[in-house]
Amino acid sequence: MHGVQGFMYPNELELQWSILIVLYPYLTGLVAGAFILASLERVFNVAAVKPTYRLALLTALAFLIVAPLPLQMHLGHPERSWEMYVTPHTTSAMAMFGFVYLWYLMVVLVLEIWFDYRRELVLTWRGSTGLKRQFYGVLTLWSDNISPEALAIDHKLGGILTVVGIPSAFLLHGYVGFIFGSIKANPWWSTPLMPVVFLFSAIVSGIAAVMLIYMVTSTLRKTEISMVCVDTIAKYLYYAFIVDFTLEMLDLIHRLYVADESLLALDFMVKTKLFYSQIVVQIIIGTVVPLALLASVQFVRWSAGARKAIYAIAGVLIMIGIFAMRWNVVIGGQLFSKSFLGYTTYKLDFATKEGLLPALIFLVMPFLILWALVKILPPWEPDATVAGELRHGTSTGA
Amino acid sequence: MSASATSNRRDFLKDSGKWILLTGAAMLAWDFVAEGAPEQAPNYNATDHWWGMIIDIEKCIGCGNCVRACKAENGVPMTDDAFRTWVERYVVMPDEPDKPIVDSPNGGYDGFVNLKQYGDGAKVFFVPKMCNHCAHSPCVQVCPVGATFESPDGVVLVDKTRCLGCRYCVQACPYGCRYIDPRTETVDKCTLCYHRITKGLTTACCETCPTGARVLVDLKNPKDPIHEFMRTHKVNVLKPQMATGSKTYYNGLDGAVR
Repeated sequence: MHGVQGFMYPNELELQWSILIVLYPYLTGLVAGAFILASLERVFNVAAVKPTYRLALLTALAFLIVAPLPLQMHLGHPERSWEMYVTPHTTSAMAMFGFVYLWYLMVVLVLEIWFDYRRELVLTWRGSTGLKRQFYGVLTLWSDNISPEALAIDHKLGGILTVVGIPSAFLLHGYVGFIFGSIKANPWWSTPLMPVVFLFSAIVSGIAAVMLIYMVTSTLRKTEISMVCVDTIAKYLYYAFIVDFTLEMLDLIHRLYVADESLLALDFMVKTKLFYSQIVVQIIIGTVVPLALLASVQFVRWSAGARKAIYAIAGVLIMIGIFAMRWNVVIGGQLFSKSFLGYTTYKLDFATKEGLLPALIFLVMPFLILWALVKILPPWEPDATVAGELRHGTSTGA
Repeated sequence: MSASATSNRRDFLKDSGKWILLTGAAMLAWDFVAEGAPEQAPNYNATDHWWGMIIDIEKCIGCGNCVRACKAENGVPMTDDAFRTWVERYVVMPDEPDKPIVDSPNGGYDGFVNLKQYGDGAKVFFVPKMCNHCAHSPCVQVCPVGATFESPDGVVLVDKTRCLGCRYCVQACPYGCRYIDPRTETVDKCTLCYHRITKGLTTACCETCPTGARVLVDLKNPKDPIHEFMRTHKVNVLKPQMATGSKTYYNGLDGAVR
């Protein structure tokens, strides 16, 4: 009835963490990755990725807003979750993550976006009437000083926030890995590599997501995709992916070589219950193929059209592969008994509280939020005159 | 006869009744017990105790009394995936000592059906399991709101009015001792019958064990027989490598037990 082979402790028959908990590291990872791509331009002066800077920030915000929702949905008592903030248990990785999340959302991301957009917000506020005027008034926090001095301060603060933001993004997703990696009861999770693996897979998925969103939005807006931009992004994606893949293989090889008690259970699982999601989807389709595609661009002179196609295919495969990786960690970690003597099965429902339907809704929701954010805060390069004015204003200020 | 005299006589009869029905210690605690706060009774001082359990595997006959008593006493859901205590049967073949065959049908609630197919060479024994009331509990460590806590007398408890139902503690417990109570959507686990032991009673599982395989122990009580037992027996805890400070001790624990 529970799909058990061998022996599970009776209380283990039902899986505790469902697909909703798979979404949580997936969405948070996209946030961290998107932000790190944005910071490439700002901190490391990689001018080529400029067209994606604002888009990456908005993408990060859209995903960050949705990230805690599947967690809330999963809780038995979501109405009590605020107690994590008012009476946190300081030894709990999960409780402390709440503060990391808030820090990242409110201090890093929202502030950085606000400083970056402040001038345009004020200009839109001034140039509009009625409800729209009220709305943008709120967004500017009724501060309409856009003198060169004020903009210089904005630019400087934005820069500082990005510098603070990079370790914060690392912390955000490294911490998600720690939530799993620190569970000593579970050998599938318990490894100090977990935060690092999570971090690099986050960077990979976030960069791929922004690259795809940039390509799709450019196509929809009928504007030219900047090949310099996507080539550069793909190059960084390739490097990050190599590190990520190396770390994951290191973890796997270490497990196989050390071959401790848990290996029998884990080995069996990878060969049977996780064979499709781990070997086929995560490693072959989600890693080896896109890695080969990205590598080919580094060594073969493809035409621009071919490169676009390669980036699109690689990007989609990466998004699928990283999702499979989160699935294999979260669900895989619960398929075997902590007695190492048996296995259970995860049955994914459809239209239930923790089923596929809410998961799909949570996956679509960030894109709707992103669409709204793009309407409110257009991330595109402004038209020539405004752009010149803007660049002039900020660059002289800086 | 005045009203106060009637009242005095009634009080006298009530008190005498209590004295006759209850032991001295239980009587002192009765009012607090009736109010649902036994730990506040003047004769129960939590810091004077450090509770644990000794389970003698050699004595367990797999009757399932403890499982039934626990479910009845504590209102544990009657499903096959929710247990505060359960009994596992181990079958260890002589040529494969590290590959035991284990079962626990319905947690041992209905006892066990006799095994014939393994022949005479098999070593068969029962292992009752429950919360280990660890002194360094991983479950307590990870709870984001402190809903799971260690009482001053060494019992790991859950405050159901605080539990979020996030299930992190279920993941963190190496022994599989926790489950989600579908009625409250909060976590549930063995309380070591806290409502009983603070009244001077033993746990429901110990009370009903026909062979005395499970015994509640107070490690802070110098007169508790546990100290003599520990000195004279080969005692171990489950998964000692987890270093959780488990206080559920097993006598005769086979190396195959997980």
